[in-house]
Amino acid sequence: MTIDMESVVGSFAENKDLARDLRRQSIEPALAAGETVILNFAGVTGATQSFVHAMMSELIRTYGEDLFDKVLFQKCSAAVQEVVETVAEYMLESL
Amino acid sequence: MKIHLSNSDFLRTFERFVRTFDPSEPHVLDVTTHDKWVSVHPAVLAMVAALGRQVPKENVRLDDVTAASGHYLDRMGLFAALGKESPYSIVKHESAGRFIPLTQIRTSQEQTRFISEMIPILHLLPDQADAIKYVVGELVRNVLEHAEASSGAFVALQYHSKNNMVRLGIADTGIGIMSSISRSWRIRGEAEAIRLALTPGVTGTTRREGGTETNAGAGLFFIKSMAVVSRDQFVIYSGSGLYKLLMRDKRIKGFPTLHANPFLDRHRWTEGLPYFKGTVVAVDLSLGQTPEFVALLAAIRAAYSSAIRERKKAGVKMPRFID
Repeated sequence: MTIDMESVVGSFAENKDLARDLRRQSIEPALAAGETVILNFAGVTGATQSFVHAMMSELIRTYGEDLFDKVLFQKCSAAVQEVVETVAEYMLESL
Repeated sequence: MKIHLSNSDFLRTFERFVRTFDPSEPHVLDVTTHDKWVSVHPAVLAMVAALGRQVPKENVRLDDVTAASGHYLDRMGLFAALGKESPYSIVKHESAGRFIPLTQIRTSQEQTRFISEMIPILHLLPDQADAIKYVVGELVRNVLEHAEASSGAFVALQYHSKNNMVRLGIADTGIGIMSSISRSWRIRGEAEAIRLALTPGVTGTTRREGGTETNAGAGLFFIKSMAVVSRDQFVIYSGSGLYKLLMRDKRIKGFPTLHANPFLDRHRWTEGLPYFKGTVVAVDLSLGQTPEFVALLAAIRAAYSSAIRERKKAGVKMPRFID
């Protein structure tokens, strides 16, 4: 499954409610069904750490580093990539 | 309550402004202004607007503004935010490129709308825009999630083209940082509450490392770090304590160390100030001084992970060596 992030969050990802809903309503069910999820960030210039945390932290707690075999990040700007890596790093450190 | 707006209330002298605040008689707000010139940081306006929502409109006084620059208060939306009729009948110019007047934000939808609309008004470059969106997004969300403020957040921004700086202020009249952090942490005073609030990975919602599913406790650390790197000031005023990140010495070259403990940064801590029930956050961001946003994020990431490792190390039982 591929999720077009820009259509969900616009050009800047900061709304944690949307992040939580996206995780609960789309990503978690897809992962539970054994699907690979591609988050396509084309058109999204930036994201807050809070947004990415709300979208990813529980998934990292559940799947650990194996999550990154199941969820792929596509067409990320350098800023988005840095924030995703930040959240991944501190969550994996926290486990 | 009484508060005075002077001819120079900016972050360098923020403590002086705060000392003009008299929180007694909480059902009245009396705002006075310098008789010749008014010039204040957006955080000052945000604080006054937030206080104004705590009292009935008819109990707010903002009269006798004689300062030649008094129309500035009108254009920044202070009269409207306080529910007062403006004495100025000036023709409003297009605000593009200069400022975002006081805006009240109570929901995440209002926050998203505010962020998407502010950048075209400020006319910033894309990289600069992301940094400002980031700061506003995190600060407003902090208020909506942690402050329990019925009137939400009051935000204002001003871009100063002369020094290529954005001044940003946000205020709420919620429970304040000490009460918020105390929900999960046993703390001994306001200084410790501020220290924890600015420490990466510490949130008032849990003591668990990594935070909850929606809170990591990193927002204020990111913003303070941005101010450290861009050699700017950053202020948090809550309760009767005020933390101010002081400007980094320009003679010291190179990328700064980003401390997890804000009291290791060049700072000033002031306590015993007039009690403000809520929180004011103010930040100046010199856009010309800010390295690429991505480089900044990379440095923050390293500091964040290091802080977690240090905490985990501190909590792990180590071998004890005895005679």
